[in-house]
Amino acid sequence: MSPELVYALAGVGLCGIGVSGFLLLSHLLRRLLAFNLIGSGTFLVLVGLAQHRGVPDPVPQALVLTGIVVAIAATALAVVLIRRYFHLTGRTSLAEDGDGRS
Amino acid sequence: MNQLLMAGLLFTPLAWAALCLLLDFRRGCWLSWLGMLIQVLVSLSLWFAVASSGGFFYALAGWEAPLGIALRVDGLAVTFVLLTAAVATACGLHAGVYLDARKPWQRYFWPLFWFLWAGLNGVWLGADVFNLYVGLELISLAAVGLVALGGEAAALRAALRYLFAALLGSLAYLLGVALLYGRFGTLSLAGIDGLLEGRDPAAAVAVMLMLAGLALKTALFPLHGWLPPAHGIAKSPVSALLSGLVVKASFYIAARLWLELGDRLGSQLLAQGIGMLGAAAVVWGSWLAFRQTHLKQVVAYSSVAQIGYLFLLFPLSYAVAEPVSLLAQQGITLQVISHALAKAAMFLAAGNLILSVRSNRVDALGGVSHFLPFSLFSFGLAGVSLMGLPPTGGFAAKWLLLQASLASGQWWWVAVLLLGGVLAAAYVFRIYRATFAEDSDSDDFFHPPKSMEAIPMILALLALGLGLVAEPVLSVLALPFEVPVDVAAVAVQP
Repeated sequence: MSPELVYALAGVGLCGIGVSGFLLLSHLLRRLLAFNLIGSGTFLVLVGLAQHRGVPDPVPQALVLTGIVVAIAATALAVVLIRRYFHLTGRTSLAEDGDGRS
Repeated sequence: MNQLLMAGLLFTPLAWAALCLLLDFRRGCWLSWLGMLIQVLVSLSLWFAVASSGGFFYALAGWEAPLGIALRVDGLAVTFVLLTAAVATACGLHAGVYLDARKPWQRYFWPLFWFLWAGLNGVWLGADVFNLYVGLELISLAAVGLVALGGEAAALRAALRYLFAALLGSLAYLLGVALLYGRFGTLSLAGIDGLLEGRDPAAAVAVMLMLAGLALKTALFPLHGWLPPAHGIAKSPVSALLSGLVVKASFYIAARLWLELGDRLGSQLLAQGIGMLGAAAVVWGSWLAFRQTHLKQVVAYSSVAQIGYLFLLFPLSYAVAEPVSLLAQQGITLQVISHALAKAAMFLAAGNLILSVRSNRVDALGGVSHFLPFSLFSFGLAGVSLMGLPPTGGFAAKWLLLQASLASGQWWWVAVLLLGGVLAAAYVFRIYRATFAEDSDSDDFFHPPKSMEAIPMILALLALGLGLVAEPVLSVLALPFEVPVDVAAVAVQP
């Protein structure tokens, strides 16, 4: 098995773990971490798969840098929202219970 | 000339976003009105430039692809840029009066508004799959921020649900981009189109992932769960932006992927399946719109239904004759434009009605027809376009889709189009019935300023008039777009 395929498969595995965490967990911070895990898996696939032509390819590196910036921005926004939501409701999940107003 | 216009189009929103961050709500509002004027003028000139001399490729700051940002300026893109300018300006003007300047966090409305606009322009013009991703994320993050602007717990819950759905959708799309780049070594849509030969399972998986992610972001049934809370709880000008423009951006990317690559990577089963989901969205969304107890939830579920029509593009453009596919594309484009105008008008008018009766409930609207006939009339005019009655843009769109369905022998979509129109009439008339009810003894109505009543009326009239000017609009969309030789060469290099 060639190294780039190992990277790509590891990336797909990370994505799988992330997606299952995203769908199964309800704690908001855990879901956010799961999202970051999917992101890392995607970046690994992006860099790993693109190296199979034998020459180093700068384009995926640039893409992953951009992707990381986007992921940080998204994570920061999510953390701010989760924190404010926790302050207002005292809850750590989005599940609606008895007095839930929507 | 074109260089200057492009710079103005892309630079103004970003610069205004940064500037507005430094100002309070009132000053940001004045500055933004100036910015909106610039954007409208630039979008209009660009539209006329493309209408007279055809589309072109534009490399941002002279950096060529793959590291630079290549933009594809064609008839469809400039039409959507102009649509964005019209709808966003209307929402911005409305928001300047509607939002409560005394709440300190409202000043973040303007920076988020401008980031959203920048992202939208980026998506309409993007020529490669990765910059489309960046544009999508910019739109999502700004849109989530705008939803959270309400500040209360329910708004935050809706914003978080929206954020998680949007992020999952974006990452599915990005994974597809990674697979496509690994397979073809290029990010440009035209380049992938050129390199793709026949059936290609790896590329098919990539495109499936991208379409699934985009369907989640466009709120296609059954992935629409996040949309009604977010669009319902946001402030009215924000809801208008989200329903009118934001969901169209992810659909636009899905449509471009499908039209470029779908003929080789798709299958009849997939095309019909997506069409069926769209049809289910039309019926289920309209039915739920009819059942809602809150006015803005009615309008939000109506968006779920109207988005369903857009996905009829997939079956109507797969494995059919070229003229039929063109009819379907024109119909869908008109549907995007007319829904953007009508739904923005509807949300802004609904905002006025809610402001007037101080309640979001449908049954609280009793008697408002005496006090706010103008806003109610705008709401109804927009509703007429959603129902698809002549001479509205909605009618022109459905007429083209009807012809495409019959010409390709897929008569079952005709039933969806007719049923959707009837159900739309049902939920619009239900609101009307509530406003004419005389059993309410309350006569304590607030009168919104005239300017706030005029804006939804203008948008509704534009949606109405679109049916009359459909021909010239469609002729700009159909402008031939020649891929210059050097760009094609850049696209193919590994």
